[in-house]
Amino acid sequence: MVTAAELLSVAAFEQGRYAQAFPSFGSERTGAPVVAFCRIDERDIRLREPIVEPDVLIVQDPTLLHQVDVFQGLKRDGYVLINSRRSFDDLGVGEVVQRFRHERLLTVPATEIALKHLGRPMPNAVMLGGFAALTGLITLEAVAHAIRDKFAGKVAKANVAAATEAYDSVRRAMQETAHA
Amino acid sequence: MRKQIEGSRAVAEAVALARPEVICAYPISPQTHIVEGLGELVKSGKIAPCEFVNVESEFAAMSVAIGASAAGARAYTATASQGLLFMAEAVYNASGLGLPIVMTLANRAIGAPINIWNDHSDSMSQRDCGWIQLFAAHNQEALDLHIQAFKLAEELSMPVMVCMDGFILTHAVEGIDMPTQDEVDAFLPPYEPRQVLDPAEPVSIGAMVGPEAFMEVRYLAHAKQTVALERIPEIAAEFCDRFGRNTGGLVRSYHCDDAETIVVALGSVIGTLRETVEELRRDGMKIGVLGISSFRPFPLAAVREVLQGAKRVVVLEKSFSVGLGGVVSTDVRLALEGAPVRGYTVVAGLGGRAITRASLASTLRDAVDEKLEPLTFMDLDWRIVNRQLEREAASRRSGPIAENLLRDVGSVASKVS
Repeated sequence: MVTAAELLSVAAFEQGRYAQAFPSFGSERTGAPVVAFCRIDERDIRLREPIVEPDVLIVQDPTLLHQVDVFQGLKRDGYVLINSRRSFDDLGVGEVVQRFRHERLLTVPATEIALKHLGRPMPNAVMLGGFAALTGLITLEAVAHAIRDKFAGKVAKANVAAATEAYDSVRRAMQETAHA
Repeated sequence: MRKQIEGSRAVAEAVALARPEVICAYPISPQTHIVEGLGELVKSGKIAPCEFVNVESEFAAMSVAIGASAAGARAYTATASQGLLFMAEAVYNASGLGLPIVMTLANRAIGAPINIWNDHSDSMSQRDCGWIQLFAAHNQEALDLHIQAFKLAEELSMPVMVCMDGFILTHAVEGIDMPTQDEVDAFLPPYEPRQVLDPAEPVSIGAMVGPEAFMEVRYLAHAKQTVALERIPEIAAEFCDRFGRNTGGLVRSYHCDDAETIVVALGSVIGTLRETVEELRRDGMKIGVLGISSFRPFPLAAVREVLQGAKRVVVLEKSFSVGLGGVVSTDVRLALEGAPVRGYTVVAGLGGRAITRASLASTLRDAVDEKLEPLTFMDLDWRIVNRQLEREAASRRSGPIAENLLRDVGSVASKVS
């Protein structure tokens, strides 16, 4: 999660933007709920408060949907990308998300894609491929660049492949939504 | 070269560029990434010659730094919070002996209750220890201050603590200009000690000093800090000439010229304050921010010069002297002695509580409307405070405070946000 925010900031940086990524600094143990933030701007970012009204929400662990109000503060025209094979209705949040624009709400099976390419359930980079497709705020090339910046060799290659698959999968889902 | 990197990594690389010869540290959150980074850089041979000494405690870390510095090495360490308290005796020894050690302090609260998050209680606990204390407002400044700190420390032969907000800066990934080795070498000459343990020319360091000269040794330390008041802005200016960045110095003012209200703060909250002040200015409020970069020595004259024209001064601080109120505020009031300026203390962000624009704006509007209490605890949850007070009034065996409050808040809030 923290890595995802960092990678996102590096991708934005690659595209000439200013970016600031930071974790929420909860208990430092694997498995604890963690929030990480990323701000992207055209000018130097001086603000240090946590993001309370996000434009984009990425949920890596859908089991949190019923523990924490993850949609709190999300702007009405915001984007949501959830790591899941299931739809928003199947996840039990169909009603909650009615106040948002439906074409900006998507799920992507990031854990499955990660398992396929990496052999491990690490959805960070995968979600960013989906983020690039859903929001258009960063390019897939910038995501790939950020991945190669953070990882080396086979791990980098597998993550780029996984991010690309997520990108394509989200693009397809968006076209389906547009035609529906 | 501009890079997008974590604050801790940026500091590790900056320290590496300063060519330290001995690094000794004991890991503690939120300082850990800095010393891990340095450990890697030493192991890979990127910092050479340099010895990375694994120590068994913070007390040992500072003691090794003292020994290394006394032997003529450029010595560096880093700590936070309880780690700083644990090394406190050696911290005083380093300054008392006049050894130019540079230490990063990744600012974190002090327990109990144990808390790993950011505030300034740790550095404030050592504000009288004789070290120079510089505060970084952002990660670029944190990086730059380390390079300036070695120069300042070694010129004056006194230790420098570079304070950077734990997590908020240490764990933030952002764009940084990384200087080259040649640039840093040109700015920072090799360490030339004033005193050194050298078998060829034996001396002893650390004599016992009785009433006949102790006050004089102390006074000389103060005199050096007075010199530092001149050298800090000069070194910042030289740094700016070479690196093109205006970082460090004594104070930094923002929109203060015509300001009726000035907020004084240290560290990373200055960025959020600047944004807030811009928002308030759009509503016609004459308000500015004064950031204090050098807390020790405290720049009384520079602070007074900026603040004396204001009607009111709000000191926003992440530290708190229990039983009194503000820590920074006390120094700021001293700077304003005799000036007709109303003073307010706002304690905020203790133990990592987020300091938001919304809360800052409403607090500052209250100050302008003369509705602010002289001592205010921003965003204090009175509900749980009062519930505990009621519990204590109702029963003698009211139980442990921290546990009671956590129960009142509910477990989710303490895990996420």
